[in-house]
Parts: sequence; C-alpha cells; structure tokens
Amino acid sequence: MSDKKYSKKHEWVSLEGDVATVGITKHAAEMLGDIVFVELPDKGKNVEKEGQAGVVESTKAASDVYTPVTGEIIETNQSIVDDPATVNKDPEGGSWFFKVKIKNKSELDELMNKADYEKFAKENSN
Amino acid sequence: MTTQKTALYDYHKSLGAKFVPFAGYEMPVQYSSGIVEEHKITRNNAGLFDVSHMGQLLIEGNENLATELEKIIPTDLKKIKLNQSKYSFLMNEQGGIYDDLIITKVEKGFIIILNAACKNNDFEIIKNALGSKFKLTLYKNLSLVALQGPKSSEILEKTINGVSSLKFMNGSKFSYNGKDIYITRSGYTGEDGFEISIPNELVEDFAKKLIVQGAKPIGLGARDTLRLEAGLCLYGHDINESTSPIEANLKWAISKRRREEGGFTGYNKIRSDMNGSLARLRVGVNPTGKIIAREGVKIFSKDNEEIGLVTSGTFGPSVNRSIAMGYVKLNFSKPGTKVLLEVRGKKYEANISALPFYKKNYVR
Repeated sequence: MSDKKYSKKHEWVSLEGDVATVGITKHAAEMLGDIVFVELPDKGKNVEKEGQAGVVESTKAASDVYTPVTGEIIETNQSIVDDPATVNKDPEGGSWFFKVKIKNKSELDELMNKADYEKFAKENSN
Repeated sequence: MTTQKTALYDYHKSLGAKFVPFAGYEMPVQYSSGIVEEHKITRNNAGLFDVSHMGQLLIEGNENLATELEKIIPTDLKKIKLNQSKYSFLMNEQGGIYDDLIITKVEKGFIIILNAACKNNDFEIIKNALGSKFKLTLYKNLSLVALQGPKSSEILEKTINGVSSLKFMNGSKFSYNGKDIYITRSGYTGEDGFEISIPNELVEDFAKKLIVQGAKPIGLGARDTLRLEAGLCLYGHDINESTSPIEANLKWAISKRRREEGGFTGYNKIRSDMNGSLARLRVGVNPTGKIIAREGVKIFSKDNEEIGLVTSGTFGPSVNRSIAMGYVKLNFSKPGTKVLLEVRGKKYEANISALPFYKKNYVR
C-alpha cells in the first residue's frame, strides 16, 4: 500500500491503483473513546468527497464519518460492525472502514501527509 | 457564570482526567483507561467518584420540621429512623419533578443530597416552603465522594473502622483525622457502595488513601453507563418538570401512607395517575441489534404508530449490549412488547424491557 494521506475530518486514505481504503485516524479513535457502534455505507453507493459515509458511536456520543475521496463504495469492513471495539485497537490497520473506487486521483493531493496531520491534530485536539 | 472546580480538581488532573463542563463545574468525564474499563472496574472491584458538585443541604429542626417537610417531600418523614436514607423528590403543583434527592434523618434534622444543576433552585423552593422557622445550610465547605463496587466495603473499612457494618440506605457519623465525616451506604451505580461527606481540606488526603488501598478513579462517563444499566434515572433526561413520579415508574419511592393521605405538592397528579389516568410509563428498551438509541429517539409500535421517546441510551459494558430507557404509551409498556426505534431516519427493532438491565444484591 502507498503512504497514507490524512483529512481534516480525521480520516486516513491509502491508495492502491484506483482503490482508496478509508478509515479513521488513531487520533480520532482516541478522541472518541470506546467505540461501541459502527455504521458503514452500502456497497455500490456513490459518495462525494467530504460527504457523510458512515457513523461511529462511543459510549458518549455519535459522530459522522466522512469520505475524503469521491467514488463508488466497493467494499466495507464487516468485522468492525461486528466488533466495534477493534477500531480502538487498530484504527489505521485492520480496522479500515470502506474501500472507494475513486474517480479523481488528484483529490488525494489536497490531503495532508502524516507529519502535517499530526501537527494539525495536536493543534485541534482541545 | 464562571466554571467552578471541586476540591479534588488538581488531584483529578494529576490522575490524567479529561474534564467536561457539567452543571457549572469542571468535572472529570474519564481518566486514561477509558469509560468501558472504568465501568468494569466499578462492577468488579471498586471505583472512586467525585460528586462534590452535588448539593449537600442541612435543614435543622425537630418533629415540627418533619411535618413541614412532608408538605413538599412525599416520604414518610415521621417514621424515618435516625440515620436512615430515602430516595425522594421535590415536585411542582402539576406533579412534575423539580429534582430527585436522597434525604437522611440526622440528629440535627435532615440532610438532603441534591443534583448539582438543581441545587440552588431547590434551596429556594425548600426555603420558600419552610419559611424562616428552620435553619438551612447548603454546604460549600464539604466535598462528597462515592466509593462503589464489590470491594468498597473492604477498602473503606481499612481507613474507616466500623463502616462495613452499615446497612444499605443507612448512614453514620465517623471520624477522619480528628474531624467528623458522614457516610451513607448508598450510590448511583447498582453496586454496593458508600457516599462520604467530608470537609474540603481533608478530601484529597482521603481520596489518595482509598486509591492506595486499591480503588480506581472513575469519571462521569462511566457513572452514566453504570446508572443506566442499574435502571436509575438521570435528572433532566429521564425525569424533569413535566414527568410525574408515577409516569417515571417511581411509585415505590412514595411512602404508602403518603400515597394514601397526600398532603404534599403535586399530590393531585399522583392520585389521578394512580387512579387510572396514567397515560405513559418509563420503561427499559432493548434494541435487538447493536444500534445505540440515545435521548430523543422516537419509539414506534410494530404498526408504525408513534408511541414514545427514548430519554437515555448507551452501550452497557457489563450487559455487553445497547440499552436505553424512555417513555411509552401505557398499553405498550409491558416487558417483551416489540417496538421500533427511529435512528437517523431508519427503523430498528427493539423490545420493551424490565428495569434494571443489571442487578446486584445490596447489603441489607
């Protein structure tokens, strides 16, 4: 997989060919606390960059998950729906949310690299 | 209004607390281990909660005070024994709940524990009802901590000799570092436990001792999941000025004599609710799947008739599933009734459930 890119809404994207794997960042998972519910978009759904494409709930509250890229949802990760707590354990690895067949690779250029995201997350954590 | 801090604020900070504003106070919502872990620690071991934001009101007086207080509190205050505690409430004329509270008979009169967000309003209500005949003190120099969980008795006994012989919903005066403290065997978690009223200047030292003995600090986040599993109401959510105690399924908290005789604010509504005009009831709600149904989620019958509203809901770490409570029309309130919950525009199956979701035996 290529290097991850990060959005201001705390999602990560990893591109392989024209398929982007999307999840929520470690920072986001920590901020949410214990994740107890995950809702993913339906396969085949077309999503727009920065559009709502899922929900995560912690014991405290519900939060929307956004897609950082435009395209068609081709795969979703049922294992995090079955066991939401795994998102806290491995948010940037096995606990990815969905895969998008992207239309426009240049959308990734607008996202942050790891170092920039970490700086952004630190500045926006409180 | 500036945000207030409890006497334990710096100690919470040193323990890695994340703070949230709550009822005008900066309160720890969780520590580093997180809500689910803190919840389980309380269920399996012992958790220490800072609840110093709550109001501690002393009303001084004799039998005459019991008579006057009975006009606003629907508990049998004439029969209550010294050091006995009762769960009760203050009501408006329409039978809605101004606040829920714990009232304890003490030597000087009564001590009432009030919700943080309501305490100043409660003070005015009680003062207006009692006139100037009795002395009211809403303590600013006292902290309140709760030690909850199966190990609390063993842990607290090491610091406070004799405390383990207290019975559930009973209290007693004890001494700590030469100062009087007052401890009741009670709580808000569904576990055995204690609430300790202690001078501000001693509370940090006292809390540290309990932590050394094995208690873990627990934030408001786990306090909420614990009380919800235990089926206990959160004021401002599950009960408020427009819910009556009978609708809230709290009839048990109104003493039998008081239910029959009345003579307190809000009795007309209580009486009519008990005599057939009850239209809705607070119930437990068990979503069939993992969906979390939070406050405001609409409840529908199988035939898609809107029948009620969720008032709190979360994931219950000890029952390991989604749980909620809310109000439904009376004819849908029977446990086992199949209902639908509307979350983000979609309907999800659920069952009406008895409360509590989680049950433990108290030391009686």
